[in-house]
Amino acid sequence: MVENRPFLTVLRHLVVLIGLIVIAFPVWMTFVASTHSQQTMLQSPIPLLPGPHLIDNYAQVLTAGFGRGFGGAPIWLTLMNSLIMALGVALGKIAISIISAFAIVYFRFPFRMWFFWAIFFTLMLPVEVRIVPTYGVVADLGMLDSYPGLIIPLIASATATFLFRQFFLSVPDELTEAARVDGASPMRFFWDILLPMSRTSIAAMFVIQFIYGWNQYLWPLLITTKESYYTVVMTVSRQANVVDSVPSWNLLMAMAMLAMLPPVLIVIFMQRQFVRGLVEVEK
Amino acid sequence: MEKRVTFNERWLPYLLVGPQIIITLVFFFWPSGQAIWQSVLIEDAFGGNSKFVWFDNFIHLFNDSDYYASVRVTVVFSFLVAAIGLALSLLLAVMADRVIRGATGYKAFLVWPYAVAPAVAGVLWGFLFNPSVGIVAWMLQGIGIEFNYVTNGNQALLLVVIAAVWNQISYNFLFFLAGLQSIPKSLIEAAAIDGAGPGRRFWDIIFPLLSPVGFFLLVVNIIYAFFGTFGVIDALTKGGPAKATEILVFKVYNDGFRGQDLGGSSAQSVILMIVVIALTIVQFRFIERRVHY
Repeated sequence: MVENRPFLTVLRHLVVLIGLIVIAFPVWMTFVASTHSQQTMLQSPIPLLPGPHLIDNYAQVLTAGFGRGFGGAPIWLTLMNSLIMALGVALGKIAISIISAFAIVYFRFPFRMWFFWAIFFTLMLPVEVRIVPTYGVVADLGMLDSYPGLIIPLIASATATFLFRQFFLSVPDELTEAARVDGASPMRFFWDILLPMSRTSIAAMFVIQFIYGWNQYLWPLLITTKESYYTVVMTVSRQANVVDSVPSWNLLMAMAMLAMLPPVLIVIFMQRQFVRGLVEVEK
Repeated sequence: MEKRVTFNERWLPYLLVGPQIIITLVFFFWPSGQAIWQSVLIEDAFGGNSKFVWFDNFIHLFNDSDYYASVRVTVVFSFLVAAIGLALSLLLAVMADRVIRGATGYKAFLVWPYAVAPAVAGVLWGFLFNPSVGIVAWMLQGIGIEFNYVTNGNQALLLVVIAAVWNQISYNFLFFLAGLQSIPKSLIEAAAIDGAGPGRRFWDIIFPLLSPVGFFLLVVNIIYAFFGTFGVIDALTKGGPAKATEILVFKVYNDGFRGQDLGGSSAQSVILMIVVIALTIVQFRFIERRVHY
C-alpha cells in the first residue's frame, strides 16, 4: 500500500468480494440443486439453500445414473473413464515430450531442427480445426471406442516439449561433463540426473495436462459410441439436453458437481504447481 | 540457445524423438493434409465417388450467406469474450493486487473456474438461466425482463459469452496479477510522492506497463473464443436458435458430421487453419520481442 486510504482499501476488498460471489454463484446453485428432491426443483423459484437429499441424489447418480430408461451409464463408470483418459493424456504427454526434448537438447543429429519445427507446428493445429479428417484417421486405425483412441491422438504436445527444452537448456553443462567423465551413458544421465532435477517441471506439467485431459469434450464425443467409454464431461452435457423432457435437475446437477470436483480439487490443492505450469507454458 | 556439451550417439536421438514424431505425423500432419486435399474435392456422402473441383468449395463458401453469418457471429462473439473477459479480470487483478498480501485466499478462490470443463460451464449457466427453473431467469422476470435463451438469438449469444468469460477469467486474472506484481513498487511510490492519485497512477504508469501482458492475453483470448469454446456452445445452444450462436468451429463440426458435407467442411477447416497459424505467429513474434526488451 502506497498511501493509507481506508476508504480505498475497503472499496478494493468490496470489489474483489463481489467478484468472488458472482464467480462462485453458478457452482453454489449447482450444489444447492444437487441436494434437493426432484419435486422441489420443479417449483419456481428454486431454493437458495441446500436441502436434505444430498446422499440420496449422489448415491443414485453414482450407481445408476439417470435411471428409468433415459440412458446414461452410472456416473462412477464415466468418472473412471475420465480418470483413465486424464491420466493417460497427462502421463503420455510428459513421457513423449521429455524424451524428445532430451534428444533435441542433448544430441546433434541430422534433421534435428526439422523435428523441432514439426513439433512446433502441432501448436498451431488444435483438434477442433481438423475434426473430420482426424476422426477419419482414427477410424481407419480401428481405434474408435477404445482408450488408446481417446488418449493417443491427444498426447503430442508442443507446449510440454518446449517447457522441458527450456528447462534442460538451463541445466548447467558441468553436470553433463561430469557425467561423461564418469563414463555415464546418455540414458544413465537422463535417468539419474536429468529426471530427478525435472521434478517440479513435471509436477507443473502434470496439473495442466490432467485438467486438459479431464475436460476434453469434442474428442470423446466423436470417437465413442458405446456408453462404456463415455467420459463424465460429455455425459453431463448429453443429459443436460434431455433434462427438459425428464425434469431431474437434482440428479443432473449432482453429476455436474462430480464432473467438476476432481480437476477443481487438483487446482486448489496443487495451486503452486498449477500457476507455475500455466505461466511457464506460455513463456 | 544451444548446449555446448552434447552426447555422441548415432541412433539413440531418433529413438527418443520417434514417439512424438510418429504421433505428430499420424494425428496432425496426415489429417491436416487430408483436410487440404478434401477441400478441393466433392464427395458423395459416405465415401463413394469423389471429384476434383479445384477451388469450387471455397468459391461456394464465399458465396454462401450462411458462412458470412457464421463469420459475423464469430467476430462478435470473440470480441465480446475478449473485451469483457479482459476488462473484468483486469479490474479484479488491480483490486486484488494490493490487498493480496493480506489475503492470499482471494487468489485461491479465483483460480478454480479454469478447472471447470467448458461443456460443464455451459450446463451450469444454462441451469441458472433456464426459462422454467433458472433462478436468474426468474429474478429477471421479476424486474420485467423476459429471458429465454432457447428462443431468443441475442440472449443466447449473450449467455454463451457469459459462460465463456466465466471459464476464462481465472487465466486472465493470474496473468494480470503476475504482471502487476512485477511492476517495481518504487515507480508507484515515486508517482505518489509527486502527487499522482490512484486513478492517475493506474492510467499513466500501471496500464502502459501492463500492455504487453494485455496484448498477449488478447491473442490468447481470441484463440480461446475461436476454438476453445466448442464445449460451451454445444452444451448450451448447439449453435441455435436459428444459428444465432453458430461460430466457425461449430459450423465445421455441424457441416462435416451432421450435414455430411466433407468438401465444404474441409474448406472451412483450411480457412481456420490459416487463421490459427496467423494468430500463433502474431503471438510468437510478440513473445520474441518481449524477451528482447
